[in-house]
Amino acid sequence: MPMNDTSLFRNILRASVLALTLPLVFTMAACSSPSVDDTTGTADVDASASGEIVVYTALEDELVEEYLTDFSAQYPEITVNIVRESTGTITAKLLAEKDNPVADLVWGTAASSLLVLDDEGMLEPYEPVGVENILDKFKSTKAVPSWVGIDVWETAFVINTVELEKLGLTVDDIKTYDDLLKPELKGHIVMSNPSSSGTGLLTVTGLMQLKGKGTDAGWNYLDQLHENIDQYVHSGSKPAKMAGAGETIVGVSFGYAGIKQKRDGLPVEVVFPTEGSGWDLEANALMKKDAINPAAQTFLDWAISDSAMNMYKGNYPIITNGQGAKYDGFESDPVDQLIDNDLSWIAQNRESILENWNEKYDGKSAAR
Amino acid sequence: MNNSFLEIETITKTFGKQTALDNVSASINKGELVCVLGPSGCGKTTLLRIIAGLETADSGSIVIDGRDATFLPPSKRNFGIVFQSYALFPNMTVQGNILFGLRQKRGMTKAAMVEKAREALHLVDLFEHRNKYPRQLSGGMQQRTALARAIALSPAFLLLDEPLSALDAKVRAKLRRDIRSIQQDLGITTIMVTHDQEEALTMADRIIVMNNAVVEQIGTPCEVYDHPATPFVANFIGTMNTYTDAGNICAIRPENIEIADSTDHDTWAEIRSIEFKGALTRVHGVLPNSEDVCLDLPSDRVKDLNLMEGSTIHLSMPKDHLRKYAVAA
Amino acid sequence: MDKLRRYLTGLRVSQLLVLLLCLVMLTVVLIFPIFSLFSKAFLNKSGDFVGFANYIKYFDTPALSTSIINTIDISLWSTLFSMILGFGYAFALTRTRIKGKAFFKYTALIPIFIPTLVHALGLVYLFGKQGILTRAGLFPFELYGRLGIIISETIYTFPQAFLMFYVALEFADGRLYEAAESMGASHARVLFRVTFPEIKYTIVSAFFVCFTLAFTDFGAPKVIGGSFNVLATDVYKQVAGQFNFNMGAVVGTLLLIPAVASFTVDRLVNSKNSGTISARATQLTIKASTGRDVFFFTLCSLVTGFFLVLIIALAIGGLTENYPYNLAFTLDNFSFNRSVGGMGAYTNSLKMALATAIFGTIFVFVYAYMIEKTAGFTLLRRFGKLLSVLPLALPGMVIGIAFIFFFNSKTNPLNFVYGTMAILVIANILHYFSVPFLTASGCLKKLDREYESVSDSMNVPRWKMFIRVSVPLSLPAILEISMYFFVNAMVTVSAVVFLYSANFKIAAIAITHMEEAGDFGQAAAMSLLILLMNVGVRIAYEAAVRLIKRRTNHQEVTV
Repeated sequence: MPMNDTSLFRNILRASVLALTLPLVFTMAACSSPSVDDTTGTADVDASASGEIVVYTALEDELVEEYLTDFSAQYPEITVNIVRESTGTITAKLLAEKDNPVADLVWGTAASSLLVLDDEGMLEPYEPVGVENILDKFKSTKAVPSWVGIDVWETAFVINTVELEKLGLTVDDIKTYDDLLKPELKGHIVMSNPSSSGTGLLTVTGLMQLKGKGTDAGWNYLDQLHENIDQYVHSGSKPAKMAGAGETIVGVSFGYAGIKQKRDGLPVEVVFPTEGSGWDLEANALMKKDAINPAAQTFLDWAISDSAMNMYKGNYPIITNGQGAKYDGFESDPVDQLIDNDLSWIAQNRESILENWNEKYDGKSAAR
Repeated sequence: MNNSFLEIETITKTFGKQTALDNVSASINKGELVCVLGPSGCGKTTLLRIIAGLETADSGSIVIDGRDATFLPPSKRNFGIVFQSYALFPNMTVQGNILFGLRQKRGMTKAAMVEKAREALHLVDLFEHRNKYPRQLSGGMQQRTALARAIALSPAFLLLDEPLSALDAKVRAKLRRDIRSIQQDLGITTIMVTHDQEEALTMADRIIVMNNAVVEQIGTPCEVYDHPATPFVANFIGTMNTYTDAGNICAIRPENIEIADSTDHDTWAEIRSIEFKGALTRVHGVLPNSEDVCLDLPSDRVKDLNLMEGSTIHLSMPKDHLRKYAVAA
Repeated sequence: MDKLRRYLTGLRVSQLLVLLLCLVMLTVVLIFPIFSLFSKAFLNKSGDFVGFANYIKYFDTPALSTSIINTIDISLWSTLFSMILGFGYAFALTRTRIKGKAFFKYTALIPIFIPTLVHALGLVYLFGKQGILTRAGLFPFELYGRLGIIISETIYTFPQAFLMFYVALEFADGRLYEAAESMGASHARVLFRVTFPEIKYTIVSAFFVCFTLAFTDFGAPKVIGGSFNVLATDVYKQVAGQFNFNMGAVVGTLLLIPAVASFTVDRLVNSKNSGTISARATQLTIKASTGRDVFFFTLCSLVTGFFLVLIIALAIGGLTENYPYNLAFTLDNFSFNRSVGGMGAYTNSLKMALATAIFGTIFVFVYAYMIEKTAGFTLLRRFGKLLSVLPLALPGMVIGIAFIFFFNSKTNPLNFVYGTMAILVIANILHYFSVPFLTASGCLKKLDREYESVSDSMNVPRWKMFIRVSVPLSLPAILEISMYFFVNAMVTVSAVVFLYSANFKIAAIAITHMEEAGDFGQAAAMSLLILLMNVGVRIAYEAAVRLIKRRTNHQEVTV
């Protein structure tokens, strides 16, 4: 039956032509945009002062832009490709990319996140130039540090003064954590959710440490605070923004978020609780990759250089070399505001704290 | 003398648990128009699709023009097909529809294709409409377009799947004649599937009557009408009186029953109603065993006999028109 | 041997190969990545197999399992509202004599032209504690939480419900209504006995589409949901808060439930759904009725007015110096920060949306053709149908993370697409696959089943038949599909936020960054640009469809 065989053959041939077309189409799409892996460095140029690096960061967009101007002026031959996302998203992305990291380095991302990456063995220890200037409590404890902090963010109350007056209170009435328990504030406090926000986590762990590690005092306080909370939100800066917009009166957020609202001319005051603030670091780390790009080390050196540090402190007064600025209207040394944070205790207890917290408070509005 | 063009040999086809064709065989001669007639669901369309190669039989074979075609794809069987829905391409003109298939022919010049299309269009009398789109044509014209499209490829045979069912009665009658005359002019072997017995009787050289996945009878229109092989055929084609007599099923057409006198009759009936139908009048009655009977008489005769409802008539059943079937087990 | 040979004869090898290719391609970008993520639901953090332990843990945590009830609750309410509104709105545009139908038809689609984040912003400006309506005392409710999510999801799903009902109601068999009227049936009776049965399949489909969209949406609950937990925010908390991919995968699998349910119901309904409009259907003549028209005009005006307020707020925000303190006109907001990608983000979005539209349309249409128009391969085609509804159930975040796991793996030969525009395009095509598939298969179902048989008999190859007949006849649907892909690719955030690379930033993500940074002016300006482009594309689409229709009408006139 030769007829059949030829027709069968022709059918297969036709089908394979079709079969080739569709993937080709996808490939074309793939090739139409440049790949991030392209490196333009050539052998006769100093590899540490040229080339292209991929930097993941959780710093605010506008700050990234401001800081990078300085880097580009110093290292015009290095092209910096930035991926900026919120702390949670960028950390999730880094973790998901674990098998084949894209980023050369992480810049200005929560130390608590970098601890997770370090546990996963994803960080390459590196001693940037000038690391000796960084205070010990603000960098990794390893001999060759796997991460180095640049500045600190800490729990702060962002208070809408206009709305607060309507309750018959003034900013002076809210100075301490216990002030948040005032019955007038019932339903007027927004706080970030510790299971989705680093700020929420540092606030809760900070409170636990302030009230006494391993005791119920912290939970007792949170139980009472919970009565006054309007909602827990999934972002650290959102409580500050909501206070700025009058959507709530007190936002339990972090310092910079409130200061930015104030700078924008919104009627808010930033209050640091007198008992002290829980805090976390914005920190840098080198990613463990098959080939370490020397330009990434150059960037990390710059990222703790004096010129960089001076820029950081314009926005985050507490910087990790101890040469910080002062907050507007904040009399004492801002470093004194920070509680004695036990990062390893946080790392150990984080899961059980969150579990307990979720069980106690997270279903809040479901009951409504 | 073997004039056979298409051999359908012991075809069986099932869809899941349902048997569509059960050991169906038939032979179709060159140049004849054969109607496959049967009620819906009898398997006739499946048979057509198997002949076309659009379905494959579970067993049995198809031989086209002396060549085993059982395993050939449709494109190698060289047929033209026309569907009830016309299946014209609405985005192409009448001529475009016809050229669409012609372009696949190898070694044909553009001019030859246009000429071929022109011939086909003339054949169905649509040449002046060649630049219209299907939606601009009436149903009958659309169906003629579909026919022209099938013919233009000079197929060895034509398959028509209920081609007239979507049309209204007048157009249908005209198109019957058109199709038949085109088929005879071209001398092209044609298999037409239909559920309309009148269509089959008027158009076909031979009729394959099917029911419940089997062939009941194959024969000329006269044969199946006058000598239905089974009670099904007898009942399905034309009007047929059936009654039981001595363990047999007896069947006789209304026009064949004769009025007899009281001494020399086979049976008698009481008239229930009289239906004037023009030249003929149909008389409905009840046999002594309470079975219905009807007979067609020339209207003048009814007048002459002065038949009335309630009156009794004596009937004679001529032997050469009376069919007897054993009662099916 | 004979059996095999018969089987092979019936087998259209080239069709089988193309069908397989389609299925393989969708499997590779859908099942493989999703499996690489969802398999983690059965592993612990260190990667050991733990069976259902994660599920047991999830259901044992009351706060977490409450999310399931919450999600069903808000999905049901928002589906109910958007179906009622969508039906009413579509009814107004197809079965009444109100004025301004064209205008209403465009404005109904506003929600799909802007990122969902922007809806939420608009809601806060209207109904938040300081919202315009709240301050005027017209909204004495708590927006944040359940109510906010329901309103937001209703806005989000309304255009889908409206479009589905519009298509269903547009074609009516006037004879049915004449018959009902001649029997003296009341309006309500006609509605329940004629209209609803006529569109019952659409009602079921609309229910599942709206329900699934609301069930899996993350944008609204995140911005406006307060502490009302739903499954999508649970995924976020697990993945981006606690970096617990295992638990994230557990919740992700739960999100698939409505899609699988809808597939089952679809099979049940579809097997009985043979009622198509017959060729003899007559045009429905709409009777004059002032009361009816006033009612429906008011309904349309309210819905449209609501959407327009959102746009006006955007326009004010985008074109003023510093709303609400400095209302001077400015175009400064359009000079976007470099760090979010600047104007390049917008052009990147255009490129990506265009590529999504082109490749997505080609793929989805070929895919639907293979599913609808091939004979045999019943099991394969059923599998293909199941594949086609799954993407509807996947939140963008799940697609994003799963794509990282799958495509960024060193051993994956497709690794080269990671970090390029192509992966964004693939993610978008996958994310928005289900609705275009329904459009394409619905359109193909209407084409004569015998075209394929005729072309076989004429020895015309399938691909030629596909290009010369099926594609031209489906042009309106094809345009609709490409528009759908384009518009969604312009506004989507959730999947691509994990996948965009440093040198290919896109506009919708820029908007979220602007909003996070509090640059409402810039966010509004960028939203306006996206809106303009999407409206432009929509107008181009309508013009093209009108052109096609006019061409066919013209043919009819010359009879």
